[in-house]
Amino acid sequence: MALTDTSPQTMDLTGDPKRLAREARVRRVFLAASVISIVVSVAIILSLVGEAWNFLTKIELGDLNENGWFPRRGRFQILALIVHTLVISAIAMAVAAPLGLGAAIYLSEYARPNVRRVLKPSLEVLAGIPSVVLGFFALTFITPNVVKNLFSSASQSNFLAAGIAVGVLIVPLVASVSEDAMRAVPTAMREASYGLGAKRWHTSLRVVVPAAISGIVAAMILAVSRAIGETMIVALAAGTNGIMTLSPLDGGLTMTGAMAQLAIGSDQVAGAVAAFQSLFFVGLVLFFMTFALNVLSERVVRRFRNKY
Amino acid sequence: MNEGESRVDVTRENEGTGAMTEEPTTADHDDAVAGGDVPAPAVVLELDRLNVFYGDFHAVRDVSLPIHEHEITALIGPSGCGKSTVLRCFNRMNDLIETARVEGAVNYHGVDLYAPDIDPVQVRRHIGMVFQKPNPFPKSIYDNIAYGPRIGGFSGNLDDLVEESLTRAALFDEVKDKLQESAFALSGGQQQRLCIARAIATSPDVVLMDEPCSALDPIATLRIEELMQELKDDYTIVIVTHNMQQAARVSDRTAFFNVQVGETGQRTGHLVEYDETGKIFTNPGERATEEYITGRFG
Ligand SMILES: Nc1ncnc2c1ncn2[C@@H]1O[C@H](COP(=O)(O)OP(=O)(O)OP(=O)(O)O)[C@@H](O)[C@H]1O
Ligand SMILES: [Mg+2]
Repeated sequence: MALTDTSPQTMDLTGDPKRLAREARVRRVFLAASVISIVVSVAIILSLVGEAWNFLTKIELGDLNENGWFPRRGRFQILALIVHTLVISAIAMAVAAPLGLGAAIYLSEYARPNVRRVLKPSLEVLAGIPSVVLGFFALTFITPNVVKNLFSSASQSNFLAAGIAVGVLIVPLVASVSEDAMRAVPTAMREASYGLGAKRWHTSLRVVVPAAISGIVAAMILAVSRAIGETMIVALAAGTNGIMTLSPLDGGLTMTGAMAQLAIGSDQVAGAVAAFQSLFFVGLVLFFMTFALNVLSERVVRRFRNKY
Repeated sequence: MNEGESRVDVTRENEGTGAMTEEPTTADHDDAVAGGDVPAPAVVLELDRLNVFYGDFHAVRDVSLPIHEHEITALIGPSGCGKSTVLRCFNRMNDLIETARVEGAVNYHGVDLYAPDIDPVQVRRHIGMVFQKPNPFPKSIYDNIAYGPRIGGFSGNLDDLVEESLTRAALFDEVKDKLQESAFALSGGQQQRLCIARAIATSPDVVLMDEPCSALDPIATLRIEELMQELKDDYTIVIVTHNMQQAARVSDRTAFFNVQVGETGQRTGHLVEYDETGKIFTNPGERATEEYITGRFG
């Protein structure tokens, strides 16, 4: 502000102090917003870590290797929860990957603009279905009408039905992220392909999909992370069996399912050793898994990003 | 190549027609007479009163134009006069544009490419294209060249074909040690030669080039021009260019397009003059042509 007293003839290039002050205030507001969200996240992680540590100090480490997940009885086989979670995620991806990618290819490469105008919003409607509805749907429709029809030996609560429902839940995510990636592939690339006498499916599968592969892989990873974190569907449709099983026709607790149970309190026993704290331990493991997946998808996008 | 046979079929069936249609076309348009006493080579492609619309917009009006075998035909004219639009009708690339509509005929050895039973995919295997901006696929150099033959069901020795195509495009020596590396690692001029190699790997009959040198420096441009001269022994080439000297240097015949502004303000392109390149550049029949080539507008 040393130049404020210059004569009127000199150009005044200093900023208006009021504007500068306003600028600074706005900057502080945005800074505060970002700081608060970081602080909240850190606080959550810290409380997770703290409670998880409490939990680990209260139990014998061998309890984590006991057969099955039965917090009331001091059996905390986290591996069972992880395995169940992965079984459901695998089923969900088996549904969502082909459907989502197929939908993305159709929307991006085949659909005429007016068709896309109708289809894309419908996909978003699917994304908006509350997962409790899908969970109920899995329990009352997919299990009796699909799973039991195909495999009469399936239990009432089973991974297959829950996995299919989770798959339906994440189809829109796979489709929309993949479609964005595919539409970002320059038209010039498609023209090059068509100009060589390629059919549409050649162009889609051999040029556009490979060119968009980083985005598509990222979509898949995000979808897996979403599937792992999905709670309501598995709580309703996957059952409460704590014994580790790999069969899609059996039911069982997933990480989120176990947490939901603990949180609701159906498994909470006054004075029970560490049962309640196990929630935080599972939560921490879950957090690390989804965090790792998100970092991985970031990496994939950056590593394989095409310059075109 | 596997489509070699079918191409011969199409050609044989229409050999006579091609030569015949040439006369009426040039006679129809007294302002676009192909002069010279030397008999012109056979007509490979011929536009017959071509009109192109983008939605309601009339982009190109009534263009009739023959393309002769083993010649380089240059399309020149001011920006927006519809050169690219016309070029893209030769192999039905305009089909990719939702709003584009084509009227009139594009005869390829006498067969109308816009007839209902024509498959644009087949058309493009005979009539290849090189674009203004080099557009290699995000694949290796090898896979870029091999793409067309692979999707065409090529059953011969792919390695040989890749080498031959790259050699013909005067690129092989520069890339022979890095065929498996990404095509994006090449310079712009190399990428454009790669695109030319890619286009000729499917052994087309005609190669269309839309301002193939506009993104290149003078030396790379010169190389591509030399390349075109070599390629014309085997292919028929149609090139769009903004560069007058280039048209004069490389082409055998030149078509000059101009824009006409209609009452509604629509800028519709049309063919002003078509002739041997020497004639267009030394003794044009139309005033607009002369003004354009002498740089007075455009
Ligand atoms: N996809 C499209 N949709 C609508 N109009 C288009 C489209 N492509 C081209 N046009 C219009 O058609 C006219 C001719 O365009 P074209 O690209 O053929 O011109 P050009 O002669 O190749 O020009 P340039 O020398 O600048 O490349 C222009 O007015 C252009 O705006
Ligand atoms: Mg153009």
